[in-house]
Amino acid sequence: MDESKGFPKKQLLSLQLDLSKFEQVSDEEKAQAVIMRESTTFFKDGMRKLRKNPLAMGSLVVLVLIILLIVIAPRIVPYSYDQMITVDGKRDKTAKNLAPFTYSKNEQAAIDKGEKIFPHIFGTDELCRDYFMRVIYGTRVSLSVGLFASLIVLVIGLLYGSISGYAGGKVDIIMMRIVDIIYSLPDTLMVILLSVILSTVLTEKLQGTIFQKLGVNMISLFIVFGLLYWVGMARLVRGQILTIKNNEYVLAAKALGSGSARIILKHILPNCMSVIFISTALQVPSAIFTESYLSFIGLGVQAPMPSLGSLANAARGGLSSYPYKLVFPAVMICLIVLSCNLLGDGLRDAFDPKLRR
Amino acid sequence: MLRYFVTRILLAIVTVFIIITITFFAMNAIPGGPFASEKAPSAAVKAVLEERYNLDKPVGTQFILYLKNILHGDFGVSLKTGRPITTVISESFGISARLGLMAALVAIVFGLTFGSIAALTRSGISDRLIIFFTTLLVSVPSFVLATLLLLVFCLQLKWFPVWSSSNPNYVLPVISLAMSPMAYITRLTKSSMLDVLGQDYIRTAVSKGVSQFWVIAKHALRNALIPVITYVGPMVAYIITGSLVVESVFTIGGLGGKFVSSINNQDYPMIMATTIFLAVLMVLATLISDLVYKLVDPRISFD
Repeated sequence: MDESKGFPKKQLLSLQLDLSKFEQVSDEEKAQAVIMRESTTFFKDGMRKLRKNPLAMGSLVVLVLIILLIVIAPRIVPYSYDQMITVDGKRDKTAKNLAPFTYSKNEQAAIDKGEKIFPHIFGTDELCRDYFMRVIYGTRVSLSVGLFASLIVLVIGLLYGSISGYAGGKVDIIMMRIVDIIYSLPDTLMVILLSVILSTVLTEKLQGTIFQKLGVNMISLFIVFGLLYWVGMARLVRGQILTIKNNEYVLAAKALGSGSARIILKHILPNCMSVIFISTALQVPSAIFTESYLSFIGLGVQAPMPSLGSLANAARGGLSSYPYKLVFPAVMICLIVLSCNLLGDGLRDAFDPKLRR
Repeated sequence: MLRYFVTRILLAIVTVFIIITITFFAMNAIPGGPFASEKAPSAAVKAVLEERYNLDKPVGTQFILYLKNILHGDFGVSLKTGRPITTVISESFGISARLGLMAALVAIVFGLTFGSIAALTRSGISDRLIIFFTTLLVSVPSFVLATLLLLVFCLQLKWFPVWSSSNPNYVLPVISLAMSPMAYITRLTKSSMLDVLGQDYIRTAVSKGVSQFWVIAKHALRNALIPVITYVGPMVAYIITGSLVVESVFTIGGLGGKFVSSINNQDYPMIMATTIFLAVLMVLATLISDLVYKLVDPRISFD
């Protein structure tokens, strides 16, 4: 023991610290203890991973650009999707099937007189309508159908799956058998069949209501999605709930007297939100896919409302003379589906707890 | 195992029954019978016709009669052409089956090859190229691909003739049907191949001095095939639904094209028959791929 440094003498068996055994921290060691990165939340960490994924970010940019385009373009371009092009207030019948960036005879005459006419970026169609606006509105329709259909799937699947998973026992078995059967139905064929029938049955019923404007086929598409496509989501939610249900914090909540609804809403659903969210995001492109498929075989939105599928279908008529009419909607469908898929994959890689390292 | 097989087959039968029921009652919900067109026949003729097609009986009896007829292979008569639907199906199904089988074969062979190459040259250039193109192809709907191929190779470059029944050229329709399943199989094969290549028995085979080709062909690919089997059911479904549009794009007189034109003609008995026929095909495909999957891989539990 070194008493010369002024330390009190250590008693035998006492717990007093022997300060001489300690040494001062060097600056280097101090630097190690500095917190380099603030602690992150689950969401922030996921976003960081997502930002590092160039494909996902690229798709996000593409999607944002498309959305900006379909929001802004109708305010700038002076044409509408369902009206013939007019020159000096008169319908211009010469503006039929124009190639991109060309003008009709009447328009050319007006330009020569010094008038300014907005170019037809994608040309015009066989009814003298500006094709750019038709593609823009088609994209609007397709995207909103995709979003709404996914929301319907989300809501029904979430309710059904959480009830089934939480209730367990006989209720679960019966509910899941129903899901099994719907799951084994060939969905596209059933969609076609139901669309055929609903569009005939609903046409009379909807006469004069606000739904008529939306188009019978559109309504039947949503109904079909609500009837058939929710099963995948229901299975997913049920599986998630079954794993989370047995955690201690659920038991604790039960012991404190919370009801089933509160436990599902407050404790279980927030914990499986990321997986459900990703699966909803991946549902959007598949819904767009189905919508364009149905429109393509003539069961889609009501004319004159365009959708990307029905535009592609209409373009088949003059395919060899006006190939651009097919190319624009086709590229748009591919672009949307591709970027939705890539973004969905990126979201899954970033947020799915099972894939986290 | 037997238990699993029996329940699985029972589920398939129930599914088929439900499909028929939905189709029948849905078609019955359409207002106006088949004889309610503008050229309405006189009441007496109509009564005879309704008796002839059992339309005067209650719906339940009609349903049972319809079931009986289907079991005897009788789907009724097409409203458009007046011909028995069973004949129409048997005539046109040949082309569709040939088209579908070729597409499936192309998808499987090329999918397996590309998938294996991607797994073996992991993160190399060919792997990246393959993954890039498969991601692209999965996102292209078959009808878009079909119309684009038709536009570029038939109409612009004139490399392939336009379809005619005397001079059928299957290349473009098969490509447009096979691309998306091929891309999917490529991805599946790649991931399962990567799994398998890390296994001990591969190392054993390599250390025994087996050549790389045989290690892949005999040991790796065989086991990597198992997950691919599960995809066969969905693939058949995809090819069938794809063939509906692809056949009408290329104006092939197969069953798919007939189905789409019957929708546009509102030929209800034809829609009904084709839906049931194709749906049963899909259910069968899924059933077979499920059963084979369980047979091939003994590690899968049977509960």
